[in-house]
Amino acid sequence: MALLVLENVVKSFRSPDGDRHTVLDIPGFSLKAGEQVALAGSSGSGKTTLLNVIAGILRPDSGKVIIDGTEVSALTESRRDRFRANNLGYVFQSFQLLQGHSALENVLLGMAFGGGADRRVAEELLRRLGMGERLHHLPRQLSIGQQQRVAVARALAHKPRLVLADEPTGNLDHANAGTAMELLCEACVAQGASLLVVSHDPQVLARFRRRVELSHLNHAGVAGVGR
Amino acid sequence: MWLIARKSLRQHALSTAVTVLSLALGSALVMAVFTLEEQSVQAFTGGPVGFDAVLGARGSQLQLVLNTVFHLETSPGNIPWSLYQEMKNDKRRVALAVPYAVGDNYRGYRIVGTTTEMFTEFEYRKGRKFELYEKGRVFDQSRRESVIGCNVARNTGLRVGSTFNAYHGVEYAEREKHPEEFVVVGILLPTNSPSDNVVWIPIEGIFRMQGHQLMGTGEVYKPEEGVEIPEPHKEVSAVMLKFRNPQDGFLLAQTINKQGKVATLAFPIAQVMADFFNKMGWIQKILRLVAVLVVVVAAASILASIYNTMNERRREFAILRALGARRATVSGVIVLEAGTIAFLGSLLGFLFYGVILSGAAFIVRRQTGVVVDIWAFHPSLWWTPLGVTLIGALAGLIPAFKAYSTDVATHLAPAT
Repeated sequence: MALLVLENVVKSFRSPDGDRHTVLDIPGFSLKAGEQVALAGSSGSGKTTLLNVIAGILRPDSGKVIIDGTEVSALTESRRDRFRANNLGYVFQSFQLLQGHSALENVLLGMAFGGGADRRVAEELLRRLGMGERLHHLPRQLSIGQQQRVAVARALAHKPRLVLADEPTGNLDHANAGTAMELLCEACVAQGASLLVVSHDPQVLARFRRRVELSHLNHAGVAGVGR
Repeated sequence: MWLIARKSLRQHALSTAVTVLSLALGSALVMAVFTLEEQSVQAFTGGPVGFDAVLGARGSQLQLVLNTVFHLETSPGNIPWSLYQEMKNDKRRVALAVPYAVGDNYRGYRIVGTTTEMFTEFEYRKGRKFELYEKGRVFDQSRRESVIGCNVARNTGLRVGSTFNAYHGVEYAEREKHPEEFVVVGILLPTNSPSDNVVWIPIEGIFRMQGHQLMGTGEVYKPEEGVEIPEPHKEVSAVMLKFRNPQDGFLLAQTINKQGKVATLAFPIAQVMADFFNKMGWIQKILRLVAVLVVVVAAASILASIYNTMNERRREFAILRALGARRATVSGVIVLEAGTIAFLGSLLGFLFYGVILSGAAFIVRRQTGVVVDIWAFHPSLWWTPLGVTLIGALAGLIPAFKAYSTDVATHLAPAT
């Protein structure tokens, strides 16, 4: 059964000169429960916009985004927020950890907007990801690899059905990128979550059995604006 | 929300501390202005006065009361001794008549010439007469002796057996020294009234001080050593009166103030002071306005301090939104931060309030002997912190709206 379904999703933005530029035009796409898929695309191809549309951060101009039977694109903004908090995990490019908060607090905050923060669960997850000694460290006190682990823990702590990852290895060197992807994929498997990764890194893409070229999926003729 | 707000306040600790301090000051000022206003009215209109009325020279009732009851201001002039006698002999209406002669000081403390009835008959509070420390006694009316208030003793070092000279005028000036030497024979126990600041001497002592002239008859009379002063020459600054029935006071006030031309009867004393405070109401309004403005400025500083952090925090809000926080949640964080700053300011305000009130009470007591109760409750002590917290939270609404309108997708884009 498909966990994620996109039907005729169109998203456009108004450019500074007043013209509308269509960034996404996806007739159809689906992702099964527990499946891990990589979307390949060059810079500006609309990868981030697609993830934001799926996450409900952006609303498509037309078409449907259905996750686990819920038409997310039809929900009000606050319901989309609630849905995202309960059902989605998001790993951002450059991790986007909250700088003033410790590793543990970052994970707790990720849980707080969903089912509720559970300190024990958060600590356990961080320990499983090898961060047991760094629970109370601030992001700036962590290495890039450790920040990556915190970001993964934050995305998974509330047990989402679907994890979205936007260039998750964009800031990592070759060795760390491999480790990070392994970590993310394994954590998703352990949690039973589906994973949709967008990347242009061949090393990342090579890890996935199902790889989709965004340019084949996206019929928008014009290059996106990188949103 | 609290975790995020707390972290942010800690991250911007300096601006948070400065804003909390300014709000604390504003909050303290508002509470102090309202409390002091009520306390001073109560202290000056309902405090231990002991007399019902003051009979003095023709002029301002307020000046008479301030001069004789609170030992402030200058005397409006003198009245003939015969008026004192008249009051003293009016046994049907007047329960007690005590003459005051003023115009001298000892190191800034007012010297009042009076009779021993002040210590034997006068009750400064119902059932409470002046009491002396063990070693002391009341002065002998025919000697250069003195009984001093407890504040005078504490602040000048005068003890029983000490001698001192009076100084002419109500302000202390070394060159105005009278040659007569008085000996302290008694020190009053504290009364928490203006009497604590007074040096009491026999009224004859005032009459006979070098340089003093008596004009009871309209002509200058200079008392001579060993020669009794003829009563027609004597004058008093005021006669303090206690009536048998308040109604008598009204009738006497009608007679003296409306029909007479020689004297003024300040009656009732509390009403004279209440009228004064009513007339001074505009000053109180200005003080209130200033205090409220300080709060408004402090609230504006909350707005400015939080608003200035908004640009750096937009990414944080975008992350929170992406994690599932609703718009209302991130804007709520800002309002919570603003409210917390204001609440902390209100709490600290109580400390500042205590300092301001203690200082003011100390000065008022030192200057007038009037006791301001710094522990007295005034409704401003609950509505000020509440109002300040509310105003502070409201000040957070503008930056909260900025947080509310943060575009998630734009601010999640990695910085390049």
